[in-house]
Amino acid sequence: MKFAVIVFPGSNSDYDAFHAASAVVGEPASLVWHKDTSLGGADAVILPGGFAHGDYLRTGAIAKFSPIMGAVAAFAGRGGPVLGICNGFQVLLEAGLLPGAMVRNRQIKFTSKIVPVRVEASDTPFTRACADGQVLQLPIAHGEGNYFAEPDVIETLERDRRVIFRYVTAQGEVTEAGNPNGSIHNIAGICSEGRNVVGLMPHPERAAEPWLGSGDGRLVLESAVRWFADRAAGRVPA
Amino acid sequence: MRARVYVTLKPSVFDPQGRVVVDALHSLGYGDVRDVRQGKYFEVELEGDDRAAAEARVAEMAGTLLANPVIESYRVEVL
Repeated sequence: MKFAVIVFPGSNSDYDAFHAASAVVGEPASLVWHKDTSLGGADAVILPGGFAHGDYLRTGAIAKFSPIMGAVAAFAGRGGPVLGICNGFQVLLEAGLLPGAMVRNRQIKFTSKIVPVRVEASDTPFTRACADGQVLQLPIAHGEGNYFAEPDVIETLERDRRVIFRYVTAQGEVTEAGNPNGSIHNIAGICSEGRNVVGLMPHPERAAEPWLGSGDGRLVLESAVRWFADRAAGRVPA
Repeated sequence: MRARVYVTLKPSVFDPQGRVVVDALHSLGYGDVRDVRQGKYFEVELEGDDRAAAEARVAEMAGTLLANPVIESYRVEVL
């Protein structure tokens, strides 16, 4: 299967994602410039971390109008797996492919550290290789990772099991102490109604090899490989 | 034609930056400040001289780009 990593001006984790997909997980990957209009036959799309357009106006506010986003939206509409990492998650929120918005971390400070993140649902293309409740050690590095949505949206997300990743303590508890940025309900990542678009603030591509401090992030990309194989074998509805 | 757009966080959204400004004002001796909400201000200069058309057009810009309707509300003033 082939990964496409979208590159916006200001993206900085595009190569990390490309490396994690191609060298670590071992699948073909390509870097796609934001002004292109084709995903080149990719089977999975990654919107990487960074500061697209310098975060000018709002994070992801300008990236959502990039030419490539038409192809990404159409791909997502057909059920194609799309992973938004950090700034990529912010772009998906601004583009309306995921509900809600990001605001400034409650503590104001840009926070960069490895934190425990619990997988809440393993039935998405990016958590299929994980177990429900599995805790991954993943790095966060963001100033605006405080997830917000109106109460009715939060209720829908929780009811439909669309909260995919949650910040927890080392003991796996969902508490304020385990919340690094003030996100409502400790939400670290969510999925779309069709469950094929997933956004998360932590960086799995920066935890793809143990020498980076954690190799847990590799599972997120391996999940896409497994999901794709399962779909080809008819084990997942196309 | 010139228009001003004021973009503010919706009341239900916690404003950490506003909170920092309150604390700073308090430490400067302005203990009478109860709250501060930080927003954004844009000055848009556009062609044409029809006020109503300008207001509608700038409102469209505000809803599409200048503000994020999930967390922000906006107000347009044509000068």
